[in-house]
Amino acid sequence: MQTRFTEDELAVQDAFRTFFANESPSTVVREAERAGGFSADLWNGLAAMGGPGMALPGSVGGGDATLCDLAVVADVYGAHLAPVPLVEHAVAARLLATIGGYDELVVELANGGSLATMALRPLVDGIARFVPAGAVADVVLGHVDDGIVLDRSMPPGDALPNTGGLPLAHRRLANNLISVDHVAWSHAVDEWRALTAAAYVGLGRRVIEMGVEYSRERIQFGVPIGTFQALQQGYADASTRMEGAHLLAHRAAWALETRQPDASRLAGIALLFAAEAARFATDRSMQYHGGYGFSEEYDVQLYHRRATAWILQLGDPSLEYARLADAEFGPVDGGKAA
Amino acid sequence: MDFSFPPEAEAFRQEVRDFLATNLTEDMIEATHDGTMHIPGLHRAMADRGWLAGPVPAALGGGGRSPLESVILNEEMQLARAPIDAMGVTVIVAAILLEHGNDHLTQHVVPRLLDGSSLACFGYSEPEFGSDVASAKTKAEQDGDGWLINGAKMWTTMAHIADYVLLLTRTDPDVPKHKGLTFFLVPLDTPGIEIQPVPTMAIERSNATFYDDVRLDDAWRVGDVHGGWSVMKTALKYERGIAGGQFPSPPVIDAALDWAQTHTRPDGTKPIEDPTVREKLVRALIDVEVCRGFAYHCADLANEGVMFGVEGSMTKLFASESYKRHCRDFHDMMGAEGLLTHESADAHLGGRIEENLRHSPVTTIYGGTSEINRNVVAEGHLGMPRAR
Ligand SMILES: Cc1cc2nc3c(=O)[nH]c(=O)nc-3n(C[C@H](O)[C@H](O)[C@H](O)COP(=O)(O)OP(=O)(O)OC[C@H]3O[C@@H](n4cnc5c(N)ncnc54)[C@H](O)[C@@H]3O)c2cc1C
Repeated sequence: MQTRFTEDELAVQDAFRTFFANESPSTVVREAERAGGFSADLWNGLAAMGGPGMALPGSVGGGDATLCDLAVVADVYGAHLAPVPLVEHAVAARLLATIGGYDELVVELANGGSLATMALRPLVDGIARFVPAGAVADVVLGHVDDGIVLDRSMPPGDALPNTGGLPLAHRRLANNLISVDHVAWSHAVDEWRALTAAAYVGLGRRVIEMGVEYSRERIQFGVPIGTFQALQQGYADASTRMEGAHLLAHRAAWALETRQPDASRLAGIALLFAAEAARFATDRSMQYHGGYGFSEEYDVQLYHRRATAWILQLGDPSLEYARLADAEFGPVDGGKAA
Repeated sequence: MDFSFPPEAEAFRQEVRDFLATNLTEDMIEATHDGTMHIPGLHRAMADRGWLAGPVPAALGGGGRSPLESVILNEEMQLARAPIDAMGVTVIVAAILLEHGNDHLTQHVVPRLLDGSSLACFGYSEPEFGSDVASAKTKAEQDGDGWLINGAKMWTTMAHIADYVLLLTRTDPDVPKHKGLTFFLVPLDTPGIEIQPVPTMAIERSNATFYDDVRLDDAWRVGDVHGGWSVMKTALKYERGIAGGQFPSPPVIDAALDWAQTHTRPDGTKPIEDPTVREKLVRALIDVEVCRGFAYHCADLANEGVMFGVEGSMTKLFASESYKRHCRDFHDMMGAEGLLTHESADAHLGGRIEENLRHSPVTTIYGGTSEINRNVVAEGHLGMPRAR
């Protein structure tokens, strides 16, 4: 049992914290948003650090890091709202490496020369709608009845204008079946869930931190607003939920990495809880910023919009609850619960 | 990170499960409906296995079992619906005595607390002071070699079956409130003590205790004269860490699932087919996993000798607030049938959900209210200014 980061994990955290703090300040996030939600400079910088391939096998030029390490990076990435699809890319590349037979492509993905993603929603008539990073990825993996398809094509560049300023796009995927391993697909989506949960923790903790900093500076009624207990109680609640989410997200990553029997369940749980906790945290922080929080100028709105958007890439959260319910209690079938 | 338990801890979990399967009977749980959340037979059987002494640090003369095992013991007991109140308090008092007590207390009292033959209770709260417990005014005055105690305590739960009360008193009214406090371990059969029941809206009872010219030898003093606040800090450390209360929800969720799968609604459907019910059940299961994360995290910190405070407050805050929500959700789900109490032969599973619904409000009040725990998080974790 080790419920705090190990020395190695702390070293990873440190390196990426410095990188994102320097290379992904909110000016970069804002600029990228105007350009469709992606910063090529940031991606190249990340590639120079070995970020895109860190959790791929060394044999294909990867860094041999674990999913647990990746979750540490996802946390930092979330804290800075980094406008690069690190989570989608890492998960898709790992899936392709698992499927095997695409070493040359995986090498490209490891060094960041190519950008991969997963179409999280099932394909309809060859079209994947709302593909995360679909606007910028030249490698898209999708799930069809028969298995997993691989599409390599020029990304459209333009994103669908959306709440979170994310590089979302619809993509037509080539009918190029590369695997019939449905379990591998589910495992990859679970990795996405766990890593996105970790990113939500970074986001939620940071938005609380920003709010607490602001509460020291903003004076009303002659005192800093941070002395008002209403703010303290709200931030304490939000912070408690974020810490709970933190323990869940990394437990899920550990469970997936070590193939625990409840890994998939934990990944689903971690995402739902972390998303809701982070949305609560952004709501509190915006509220306690007062009117300025709502203004374009303050960063809290960037966090608020992304907290809303990230989980919706997977669909209505109710469907995620329903999915977990089916696994726990059996599906509702023909009017009868199994 | 690594969330696996060492093999010894896994083996211990199995041992506890087996123990509870044979030693905890429905009749025993039934007997707690007299309002006393204690099962003497179970308590002694646990003491015989050395489990009461288990969580107490070995350096202090306890069992020195890993805090991971303490959390497992608590978790399994709560999952099995075994009351942990009296056991938890008694073990904490033993740990406090071992850390702050004199030879008399450690050699004559602690062994009896840990072998299951004596029980202790907490006497901190007063009619006028609860959250602001450092303002307690029950008075202890030097009286020759000993002490003379006068005052009143409120919410002295278990006093009616306990042998000792760990009493917070004021020994100097003229200094800042934290500096004039002293603790005593008071045998409850000492002349001058009166215990009156305080019924509650749930099945559990508490007590008001009165101290009228209670004479006590100095050997019963715990810690330094005026050093009460440092004893209090030890007490809170153990209470929010070891004492449990992290897993109140699972028995409620079990009962709710049973109802959802077996009850037929007027329209012929079962609640389990209703997406809103399914979502509530899943949300409750998610909250339980959050509690697990917190509980294991606290145990891991304790295991590494890290003194935790904020983490204990977060655990208590989240577990109690979510438990209250679960009780309300599942009581609602049952509609009018959920109103039936334990006394009704028709009550579902002996009225378990109704009973929890009525118990749940106190969990965000006692042991430090949610507001107080949020203050701890705001100040201790977020570095916000002290608001009181
Ligand atoms: C069934 C039961 C069993 C108990 N068992 C024991 C026991 O065995 N031993 C024992 O010593 N005590 C026991 N208690 C007492 C318990 O610890 C207190 O009730 C609790 O600490 C709250 O104190 P209070 O009831 O005086 O409420 P108050 O302190 O009067 O609080 C009233 C309200 O004001 C809020 N409040 C107070 N201070 C602040 C603040 N600084 N910031 C924000 N809000 C604040 C509180 O959160 C609460 O909502 C028990 C209580 C109950 C109900």
